[in-house]
Amino acid sequence: MISADLNIILPEILLSVFAMGALLGAVYTGKDKLASTLTWVTAAVFLVLAFWIGMTGEGSTSAFGGLLVVDGFARFAKVVILASAACVLLMSEGYMARRGMLVFEYPILVALSVVGMMVMVSASDLMTLYMGLELQSLALYVVASFRRDSAKSTEAGLKYFVLGALSSGLLLYGASLTYGFAGTTNFEGIIAAAVHGHVSTGLLIGLVLLIAGLAFKVSAVPFHMWTPDVYEGSPTPVTAFFATAPKVAAMAMFARVMFDAFGQAISDWSQVIALLSVLSMFLGAIAAIGQRDIKRLMAYSSIAHMGFALMGLAAGTALGVQAMLIYMAIYVTMNIGTFAFIMSMERDGQPVTDIDSLGMYSTREPAKALAMLVLLFSLAGIPPLVGFFGKFYVLRAAYEADLAWLAIAGVIASVIGAFYYLRIVFFMYFGEEQEEALETNGSWVLKGGLYLSALIMVLGVVNLFGVETWAQSAAATLVQ
Amino acid sequence: MIGLEHYLTVAAVLFVVGIFGLFLNRKNVIILLMSIELMLLAVNINLVAFSTHLGDLVGQVFTLFVLTVAAAEAAIGLAILVCFFRNRGTIAVEDVNVMKG
Repeated sequence: MISADLNIILPEILLSVFAMGALLGAVYTGKDKLASTLTWVTAAVFLVLAFWIGMTGEGSTSAFGGLLVVDGFARFAKVVILASAACVLLMSEGYMARRGMLVFEYPILVALSVVGMMVMVSASDLMTLYMGLELQSLALYVVASFRRDSAKSTEAGLKYFVLGALSSGLLLYGASLTYGFAGTTNFEGIIAAAVHGHVSTGLLIGLVLLIAGLAFKVSAVPFHMWTPDVYEGSPTPVTAFFATAPKVAAMAMFARVMFDAFGQAISDWSQVIALLSVLSMFLGAIAAIGQRDIKRLMAYSSIAHMGFALMGLAAGTALGVQAMLIYMAIYVTMNIGTFAFIMSMERDGQPVTDIDSLGMYSTREPAKALAMLVLLFSLAGIPPLVGFFGKFYVLRAAYEADLAWLAIAGVIASVIGAFYYLRIVFFMYFGEEQEEALETNGSWVLKGGLYLSALIMVLGVVNLFGVETWAQSAAATLVQ
Repeated sequence: MIGLEHYLTVAAVLFVVGIFGLFLNRKNVIILLMSIELMLLAVNINLVAFSTHLGDLVGQVFTLFVLTVAAAEAAIGLAILVCFFRNRGTIAVEDVNVMKG
């Protein structure tokens, strides 16, 4: 019995054993001299696990008496999480080493947070969900304040910690009410507590508090206030990590709770999520217009993107979940490329995040400017790039679920949002010449990340690299 | 006779006090940590009350998990706070304002 259960979560066990072993090993041997090697090894472990999870395992199995479930949906999310975390680790190694920030705890903390994310997307019980969420969050609070000597970084960590703890509190209060009124913490039990499709008021209050806690984690408006400050204050590689893997994990967990535990109350939560979605899209689009700092701008951009992903969830159908998964996979790919560029922006060896500094960048580095142009057009959702297809899928899902008003609001928000992406393009191609030229001489990994991501945005229009069918079967396992 | 609703009321009051402590407090970050702790303890009262009421042990197991995680969370929060204090020389909430907008 127990060995069968352990077999099901073997990837998580291996990764946590690796993290703990690496911690002990590095402490007793070379310490920070090993940091570079350890970062590469951790990224390699992520990739191997992603490949393993993606290639093996069919159907859905549950372990530990229904505490965990591994199905197509969890596998899809895990592969995206592991692959994006590996990319971000590879890109951050050079950046952090050159600025003397690379210590051996960094890859270990990232590995531990990834374990947390893998547990989150597999959770089928409120207790597992909470433990996974906290493992992820606690590791992320530390990475946010990674530059101990920087006022900005520690402030970002402090803000993230306080608001993250508040959101955990809300989520837990919701979980306790759900437990009380459903009589169990198991998702199957909670869904069975709804009699004839009717959910009791106590359970609904629990649901709303759970949604509030989850909305914090995906940074949906009105629970977004931490995002810009944390994105701006954290070191850029950490920001790149925040913008990718944790967002996928939180979104997947959101969908899991809504469908597995509250699948009987779709009409109840669908309107709440539709509201979160519309607010996020508009606030993300409008508030980003005034931003001069590219990391802050990317924070508002990610708020807007989360709004679009939530639109797929608000549809409450298998098509909606499929659209959400496709959207998240595309969003992560675009963000990795964009952050590869942001990480390579520097002047005299110091990182630069001011968007004015990009003035007439295209004359100096035409290839990089072109790759960035493709990525920004894709983020804005301009056809025929891949970013457009992500938006198209969620809009279609919302429209077919009789949420035409939401789809129309999404189109309007995406038109407003296109302005600030295009403004960066304007600076790069027609802006004012800078006195001190911006340098972007990052390592070959950063260049590779940028070009590859831009190339995927162009070539992906053929068949999205098969993500569509894969997301379809993943969504089908979640929504029966 | 003290019943389930009394426990739930106490827990709800504690939770709301915790939330107000987070938002109204302008003085000291340590008070934020205390407010967070208050919220988590309110949840624990809820869980134990429901557990006894339902005659189901899961709620108490959940409480133990929450207690453990709360301890880890406080440790990390204080560590970040120490780093913050070293950089800024203050832990007043009003001074957590390098970034705005």
